[in-house]
Amino acid sequence: MSDQMGEKTESLSRQPRTEWQRIRRELIKNKSALAGLIVLVVFVALGVLASVIAPFSPIVMNTEVPFAPPSLESVLVGRTAEGKEVRVGPFIMGTDQYGRDVFSRVLHGTTVSLQVAIICNAIGLFFGTTLGLISGYSGGRVDFIVQRLIDMLYAFPSVLLAIAVIAILGPGLYNVMLAIGFSWIPVYTRLVRGCVLSTKQNVYVDAARCIGARTSRIVTRHILPNIASSIIILGSVNMGTAILTAAALSFIGLGVQRPDPEWGVMLNEGRSFMVQAPWLTIFPGLAIALTVLSVNMFGDGLRSALDPRMRID
Amino acid sequence: MTKHILKRLVVSIPVVMGIATLVFLILHLVPGDPVAVMFSQQSMTEEQLHIIRERLGLNEPLPIQYVRYLWNAAQGNLGQSVRGGLPVTELISRQFPYTMELALWGMLMAIILGLSFGIVAGLYHNSWFDNLVMILSVGGVSIPGFWIGLMMIQLFSVRLNWLPSAGVGDWKSLIMPAIAIGMAEMAVIARMTRSNLIEVLQEDYVRTARAKGLRQTAVIMRHALKNTLIPTVTIMGVQIGRLLGGAVVMEAVFARPGIGNLAVKAIIDKDFPVAQGCVLATALIYVLSNICVDISYAYLDPRVRFE
Repeated sequence: MSDQMGEKTESLSRQPRTEWQRIRRELIKNKSALAGLIVLVVFVALGVLASVIAPFSPIVMNTEVPFAPPSLESVLVGRTAEGKEVRVGPFIMGTDQYGRDVFSRVLHGTTVSLQVAIICNAIGLFFGTTLGLISGYSGGRVDFIVQRLIDMLYAFPSVLLAIAVIAILGPGLYNVMLAIGFSWIPVYTRLVRGCVLSTKQNVYVDAARCIGARTSRIVTRHILPNIASSIIILGSVNMGTAILTAAALSFIGLGVQRPDPEWGVMLNEGRSFMVQAPWLTIFPGLAIALTVLSVNMFGDGLRSALDPRMRID
Repeated sequence: MTKHILKRLVVSIPVVMGIATLVFLILHLVPGDPVAVMFSQQSMTEEQLHIIRERLGLNEPLPIQYVRYLWNAAQGNLGQSVRGGLPVTELISRQFPYTMELALWGMLMAIILGLSFGIVAGLYHNSWFDNLVMILSVGGVSIPGFWIGLMMIQLFSVRLNWLPSAGVGDWKSLIMPAIAIGMAEMAVIARMTRSNLIEVLQEDYVRTARAKGLRQTAVIMRHALKNTLIPTVTIMGVQIGRLLGGAVVMEAVFARPGIGNLAVKAIIDKDFPVAQGCVLATALIYVLSNICVDISYAYLDPRVRFE
């Protein structure tokens, strides 16, 4: 009897006490999510510390070593009057046509890409969630007007909407972030509105209304926390898409402009030298693929942990 | 069914009006004077700028400009390029077939490979092939298509000299762009078909079909597959939009003509009438393809027709 009691107590103590503990446990159990998280943390660390880690400036040209292939050894560029060797490098990912270190540029590109992923999501999430909350909670005429506006924006594929915004604002890093963020407002608005419509039917919302809580308090304290998991899921999915879209727009010349180090810009510059310097296209592409892969793997794990109904077998 | 199609067409009228309104506003949301922005590279007198404003109808009150824009657009007149002077409709109609060709081949490849991989993975759940498809599907949505395109050019054009790296021409020039553009969509279709099939195969009607002695092929083809396809068809509407967006990038990678290339060039050259026309045309194609998807959805799921 006491053994059974002991087992029960032990199993109860193993049960997660809070929702966050449960999510953390689920994420640790999910190997691909954990691997994604580790790679992502490494990329975030590299992005944050890029200016410290990068051995060279990402934009300063070094015309003595154009197209130096990737190597762990430094490159001989000449000799001093005393006959001593003058070496530069090593360039572990090689150099480009202007002798700029590809590794340093990829590292600084990490900062730009993570910045893009966070800011685009923040713009879409803030405006989309606000509109969705207002539309879903108010209902009636306000809901009708907001939804018709969103229908209009929804009629554009998101890349096209981003291109339309760039047509207005012109190319550039900040304009691309604004454009991608803007193109996601309809997605967040629709999701949040749908969640609000079902959440506002709950008894606890009626109870809050009955005790005289103000609308702003009901929305921020009772509805928003209960729909947060759906918003986080969408946010995690969109992180990878933001990096891909920004790189694609920079690749075609509508995003970050030369000579700034951005993965899409690097691919665009490197494509002209694919025969003599394939490393110019290989490393930035690998960086994009690895970052987005890690974000997607972590996002899938987060989705399973937050909403077991959406688990992918 | 005819009633459903008509209903769907009527519902899309306000959406088309909305698209045209937003496209009209592009020119008017440009910070500053749009004509001055368009001709910022050239030194022009105020009088010349005034003549251009007059020609573009920008001196009229906004509501009149709006009505005129809608009226002209409805007649297929989207103005003239401020760079070459050619009608925008003509420029778009020249480039349109190339973009559609690329998007359709990409979609076709995504559907054929995505469905095949998804069905086999779903049937052999937890096998090595299933695991491979899952890995490929995560990779497919994570690896940028334009980078895959560049790597394919590196391998098949530069090293092996098997396929042309750029331009348009015979079917060979379409293989790499179609794979690069359709890869992400193929991954989504494969993943979705697989999980739907696993779910459907556990349904009672599949068990009943098996219990009455139907062969496995008949169970899958007649009972499971049609129900598996319903959610897959639903996402195809969204996928067409992504393919049209992806075409913009792929046209740059493979140096193909198309609406995407035209739009990018117009934005860089600040040729607003052409940029507006490209956005309008692509959005209209997207709406039209979504209508087609909705109609095919109604064919697959009869409940939709009677809603």
